[in-house]
Amino acid sequence: MSTETSRRAFLGIGLSAAGTLLLPGCRSVLPPSYGSLIGLGDTMTFAAHRLLLPRMALAQEFDRSKISAFPAINTTDPKDETYQRHRAANFVDWRLPVDGLVTRPLTLSLEDLKRFPARTQITQHSCERGWSAIGEWTGVTLGRVLEAAGIQAEARYVVFRCYDRLWDSIDLIDAFHPQTLLAYGMNGGEVPVPHGAPIRLRVERQLGYKNLKFLRRITVVDRLDGIEKGKGSLAAEFGYSWYAGI
Amino acid sequence: MGYLEPMTSSTPAAPEHRAAVRITHWVNTLSFVALVISGVAILMAHPRLYWGDVGNDEMAAAIELPLALNLKHSGWGRSLHFLGAWVTLLNGIVYVGSGLVLGHFRKRLGVTSAGRAVDSSYDLPQKLVYLTVVFVLLPAIILTGLTMSPAVTAAVPTLTALFGGRQSARTLHFFLAVAMVLFLAVHLIQVTRAGFGSQVRAMTLGAKRR
Repeated sequence: MSTETSRRAFLGIGLSAAGTLLLPGCRSVLPPSYGSLIGLGDTMTFAAHRLLLPRMALAQEFDRSKISAFPAINTTDPKDETYQRHRAANFVDWRLPVDGLVTRPLTLSLEDLKRFPARTQITQHSCERGWSAIGEWTGVTLGRVLEAAGIQAEARYVVFRCYDRLWDSIDLIDAFHPQTLLAYGMNGGEVPVPHGAPIRLRVERQLGYKNLKFLRRITVVDRLDGIEKGKGSLAAEFGYSWYAGI
Repeated sequence: MGYLEPMTSSTPAAPEHRAAVRITHWVNTLSFVALVISGVAILMAHPRLYWGDVGNDEMAAAIELPLALNLKHSGWGRSLHFLGAWVTLLNGIVYVGSGLVLGHFRKRLGVTSAGRAVDSSYDLPQKLVYLTVVFVLLPAIILTGLTMSPAVTAAVPTLTALFGGRQSARTLHFFLAVAMVLFLAVHLIQVTRAGFGSQVRAMTLGAKRR
């Protein structure tokens, strides 16, 4: 039932997205970079991708033999006290709230996430700096979790908050993409701490910085302008494009 | 019509340029400069080149560029690079489209079946270089750029296969950019030798040769 609701909502959003991108007055699905001169190229890229590229196209998946060395950058062990406590207890009391514009807010444990059907994919992580690495990720698709929570019709974005203080957001097209995972496994084991334990977001059609580590909370929203500085992510506050499908 | 008048002098004279050529030339100048500056800004974040699908600091590089590592400029760098890329693409479509429709390429860059230049403003090597830049280098640099886009390659995986992997595409993109900068250097030398002032005037105002 909730699946039906969210599917219908998703379909409606998809159709209206195609329409509103063509109407300059209507900004509901325009990216937060909209309106700045230097962000104009990123806005055009986002619009072109959403209008021209198949929404469910899958990122290339590789053979196990292609798994490569994988540098861990930025925060590799969050200083946050709560995180350190969870880490010391092997994340048994760690919980992931899924709230916002959902009909049934959830609070998921690692075990809860592992009870969903799992998906494993071997994909390329493309860092904005220019390097890349291939890794295997196992987890539950974000779409399944959002369907379990039942997203409401006004929902437009999914916001993620993390223990390393990063936060970011994606639109519902990437949120419901079949390769967008809440990953608890990497290369056959648990996600190691430097790579984002216990849960790392995988958004395979965007650059590395959208693949947030150390997830803390998931919130479904209708707009981003009321959150922090209204740029949709901490990376955007530092001058990186909100949309990183490039 | 200027083109049809016989050349009375053997010294290279500034050719007349159509408005479409003049406008797209200067728009392209701006976007080219933006692309080079922002390209270097992005490259500074990881001045190592690889071949194949993957490459990172824990792997051997094919080429280590003599460029200081600097992580502070890839954010605005990438945004400016895409702004420049969009302007170049749209401007390029106007340039190539008008060139084909109005016969600019045939008249200026064409070669007769006897191997003689149709228009003697440019000699044969110049024509070949211009044609290569417009119809080989530019499309290749756009395609290798798109191959670095995870969203585009998900939709068009053929691109990754065509260039032998994401990192190969990145390396090719770099060398194609170097080729474009070298072309610009030669172009500026040629323009200077042919008379910088009159050439720039012709490309700006479309002034007749004098």
